[in-house]
Amino acid sequence: MAEIQEIQNEIVDEFSLFEDWMQRYEYMIELGKTLEPMNENHKTDDNIIKGCQSRVWVHADLKEDKIVFTADSDAIITKGIIAILIRTFSNQKPKAILEASTAFIDEIGLKEHLSPTRANGLVSMIKQLKNYALAYQAKLN
Amino acid sequence: MKMSSTQMQFDVEQIRKDFPILQRKVNGKDLVYFDNAATSQTPQQVIDCIVDYYQNYNANIHRGVHSLSQEATDAYEQAREKIRAHFNADKAHEIIFTSGTTHAINLVASGYSSILKAGDEIIVSALEHHSNIVPWQMLCEKTGATLKVIPMEFDGKLNMDKYQDLLNTNTKLVFVNHVSNALGTINPIEFIIEKAHEVNAKVLIDGAQAAPHIQADVQALDVDFYTVSAHKICGPTGVGILYGKESLLTFLPPYQGGGEMIDQVSFEKTTYAGLPHKFEAGTPNISGGIAFGAALDYMHHIGFEQIAQYENELLVYATNELNTLDNIIIYGTKPSEKTAVLSFNFEGIHAYDVGTILDKLGIAVRTGHHCAQPIMEYYKIPGTIRASFAFYNTKQEIDSFINALKKAQQMLQ
Repeated sequence: MAEIQEIQNEIVDEFSLFEDWMQRYEYMIELGKTLEPMNENHKTDDNIIKGCQSRVWVHADLKEDKIVFTADSDAIITKGIIAILIRTFSNQKPKAILEASTAFIDEIGLKEHLSPTRANGLVSMIKQLKNYALAYQAKLN
Repeated sequence: MKMSSTQMQFDVEQIRKDFPILQRKVNGKDLVYFDNAATSQTPQQVIDCIVDYYQNYNANIHRGVHSLSQEATDAYEQAREKIRAHFNADKAHEIIFTSGTTHAINLVASGYSSILKAGDEIIVSALEHHSNIVPWQMLCEKTGATLKVIPMEFDGKLNMDKYQDLLNTNTKLVFVNHVSNALGTINPIEFIIEKAHEVNAKVLIDGAQAAPHIQADVQALDVDFYTVSAHKICGPTGVGILYGKESLLTFLPPYQGGGEMIDQVSFEKTTYAGLPHKFEAGTPNISGGIAFGAALDYMHHIGFEQIAQYENELLVYATNELNTLDNIIIYGTKPSEKTAVLSFNFEGIHAYDVGTILDKLGIAVRTGHHCAQPIMEYYKIPGTIRASFAFYNTKQEIDSFINALKKAQQMLQ
């Protein structure tokens, strides 16, 4: 598995091909549609991330020393954002997840989604992924 | 309905020039502002009024002997008088300035917390905004009173038969909005008030959504309390009013303690000031109150009847256009029974996704549950897209909106 930074660079390269917001959003929607389905049993109230206008569920499993994230949302753009986050953070070690920067979100032209006052919950999602990483890191130590 | 003698010919292009914000661009596109039910835009006349206050006569009111304080007090009290006249209250001191509708509702709820007792009943409607549900739930928790709910029907109207079944001699208070914020339904408040009075219950009508579209006459309605926020009616944010019948406001205990609301203070006993000051502790939003008066002047200058007629034209036009789109679901009543609000979804598409694409195209709508989760629960949906129109919107803007929706549908399906 590639390093988080490498994956983020790849994503930035992919997004740099697009000329306008519409193409970027169409790509995100496409990513959302192809997101690996989440196990329905994991769509519990405990796994819901608060602060989103759409419903977002995140589940984490530890496989050996890496965290595997699965997630879903009922809104397709949010699902696209989830797909980008999962591609970046899933199958990574807790320490790497905790140390990873999220500046690439800005670079791919989705800065508006990073505002903490925006109701799409991207900030809450990242926080939740990092919380899982923190918990699993403590467990591994 | 009262009409101003200075009323002008309705000319939307001329009216739009009064609203500087309508000239701006959002995401590189001309702004189309269809979130008027959340807050209305502010005309230059109201902005000027606020600036004039701070430039020329900013002073604390009701206490200074100096000229500035007197001028500010006069302007503030003139605004109260304008609001009284607008709602046809009997006396100016029946108009209490508040920070808005939510504050006004809480003021009444707080007053009744020492009056209600276990066994008493409160009725609210299924169409309420959270701000007209939560204070009454809190009141019930405090007093042991029971909360009853008037159910809604699929077409977005309240079930009046069920309402009458809920009324009995234990009913002490009834709270209903004049117009639903999520669906725009105009509720039959005359009937609701009349029936509540038959069992001696008092009625509070939340007029926040109605105020920009319907001029309520509180005496003709015989309503006990009526609440309004200035920012929904071309005024500034952070100011509103509670209308209450004099006898009831006199009877209710004060809400907050502080300056302005007292008559005499000693450590043994404080006696309270008379109306309206009993409920206006502390320095109020002075410029806001004065600008609220200016906003009503502005609305009368255009004319409420013409506003209602034009907005209904926009609503009918938008409804017809929306109905041409595939997989559209519109919630609520027909255009003749609601204010200029369209609450809708596209089958299989999340409201949030549509709202995000519309924003990229410069169109401001509201998506989500609109602080009215019980309505969303009724329809078993997480939320809707809500487009709400004002008299400064145009059919061309609706055309842009429809085109943007087609684009969003194309992208999201």
